[in-house]
Amino acid sequence: MRIAFASGKGGAGKTTVAASLAAIWPHPCLIVDADVEAPNLHLFLHPHLEAAQSVYLTVPELDSEKCTACGDCAAMCSYKAIAKLGAGLIVFADMCHGCGGCFEVCQANALKKGKRELGSLQWGSWSLKMGADQNSDQNLNQALGQTSSQTSGKNSGKTLLMGKSRVGEAMSPPLLRAIDGALAAISVGDAASVPDILIDSPPGVSCPAMTTARMADALVLVAESTPFGTYDFKLAHAAFKKLNMPLAVVMNRAGMPGNESGDAALEKYCAAEGLPLLARLPFDLQAAEAYARGYLPLLEQSANALIWQRRFGLLYDAVQRWAGGKIGQIAEPCSAVNICASGTTGAGHA
Amino acid sequence: MREIVVISGKGGTGKTTVCAALAALASREGRNPVLCDLDVDVPDLHIIFDPHVQQEHPFVSGNTAVINENVCTQCGRCLELCQFGAVGQNGNGQFIIDALDCEGCGVCHKLCPTGAIEFPQRHCGTWYLSQTRFGSFVHAQLDPGQENSGRLVSLLKQQARQLAPTAEDSLILCDGSPGIGCPVISSLSGATLAVAVVEPTPSGRHDFERVADLCRHFRIPVSVIINKADLNNDEARAIEEYAVRQGYTLAGCLPFSPLVTEAMIRGEALTERDSPLASELEKIWGRICAAADKPARRANINSL
Repeated sequence: MRIAFASGKGGAGKTTVAASLAAIWPHPCLIVDADVEAPNLHLFLHPHLEAAQSVYLTVPELDSEKCTACGDCAAMCSYKAIAKLGAGLIVFADMCHGCGGCFEVCQANALKKGKRELGSLQWGSWSLKMGADQNSDQNLNQALGQTSSQTSGKNSGKTLLMGKSRVGEAMSPPLLRAIDGALAAISVGDAASVPDILIDSPPGVSCPAMTTARMADALVLVAESTPFGTYDFKLAHAAFKKLNMPLAVVMNRAGMPGNESGDAALEKYCAAEGLPLLARLPFDLQAAEAYARGYLPLLEQSANALIWQRRFGLLYDAVQRWAGGKIGQIAEPCSAVNICASGTTGAGHA
Repeated sequence: MREIVVISGKGGTGKTTVCAALAALASREGRNPVLCDLDVDVPDLHIIFDPHVQQEHPFVSGNTAVINENVCTQCGRCLELCQFGAVGQNGNGQFIIDALDCEGCGVCHKLCPTGAIEFPQRHCGTWYLSQTRFGSFVHAQLDPGQENSGRLVSLLKQQARQLAPTAEDSLILCDGSPGIGCPVISSLSGATLAVAVVEPTPSGRHDFERVADLCRHFRIPVSVIINKADLNNDEARAIEEYAVRQGYTLAGCLPFSPLVTEAMIRGEALTERDSPLASELEKIWGRICAAADKPARRANINSL
């Protein structure tokens, strides 16, 4: 099962929701940081990262000895990565999209396959870090029946895969395709040995976010009900519904003071569009402070953490009901789990 | 001409809120700013600016390959050629191109032996010239799911530059796009000053360092605003020290405040009403203008 977490707006809480769910996920799981421009999961999950593997794009390199300056390659290139300058040709490797058209048309065999670094992929295993008391990792792991092996098989325990684009690299989809390739490689074999995959998507609704969504079987949209958040969420919904994949919503920072009408409007929209609302996670200043210190709210050492563990436990159940173990055959939308109801709002000192 | 671009690295740090607040201040000072929303993917500034659209233009960029079934001989050459996985086969074995995966490189179109692949232009979105209570406003909306085009960002900046008076102290104020990829690179090109809005969180700092590297790469001076600073005072201080060490100017710090959401819900910029936050933003604006007025900074950064 592959679930991607996306949002129109940055800062809606995608990373927190994906990482928190991964933390309590009772089966082996792989969490993927596909926000390659600004990967952040590792800052909260503290994985033991293996050496980074560089990812390259094949770009043309000109052998000026052989080049007859016919200009066919420049005519083929839609990205102006090859230009005819005077009597010779010049390659701007940074502008190349890797379509390979130039290699096809070069009669003189004057183009060699060179490479440009797009960024890197990094694997890591991780366990849970509880607030200040990092020794409790193992206890919590044991309680949840998980192993925290260092670098062993990517099918056991909790693993992270992070994509990170090179600073100055304009294109992220080719790096995302490398992530997709890595996921395909671990998804072979019998279903039982394949870990569940949770994917933290890039923000926005354009090519990086769409490319990422298409790696998943189902998509959870994390939405904030403020005016900015709602506008961006609707854009995201318009973009992702074209993919014809199961979509559900997690409302984050529900119950912000003064924004009651925003919450209601978002709920109404979800109901009208038939979008299952899996959870309403409340606005919680204590959680924001925990996050600012580098801890997921459910892993902080405080009474509040237990409340968040319960909330994400309920969200896990809601995801399971929604996905039914077989994400392709989603049952009718389940009703929202109102996780902020009753005395457990944990609204902190807000 | 001063061109100030507000960036963040990470989304949700308050870039748009800060940008709107600065726009209101610039307008109040009578600077007649040209405003620009470069987050063409998920623009939000219009929610505060409430623009009166005066011009609306389609944004057409690139092409998408489409197979003409009547001409296709099913040779499969397109499948062989496509490096983007955009060519597939439907139930009847006919070759089809998935528009979402098509990179628009045109290789299949140019090399199809029977010329069966058409290559129409792609409508990617709409861009607007508007008037707002703070000044002229250039903005756009990409069609949902369309290519996040640095080209659209460049087009908006070009329009903004045309609208700006040629006077030495004329001002363009842009809400940049998040991240460090193609749209941000376009956002920053030719900017006088990048204003980075940073959150005192591990991710805020990490993403700020990456976007600041990008500014350094393009030799654009950086001024830093730490937003929601009191969520983690230690981290805020660490970011401040890092910024100073790197030679960035510190524009100021803002506390976490419910006033931000309240103003957003009213559709107002934070500086349209008096509040402690508004006074702080006024001071910040003063420091930003001072930083943007220092042409020597560019040379300093160059030498690093």
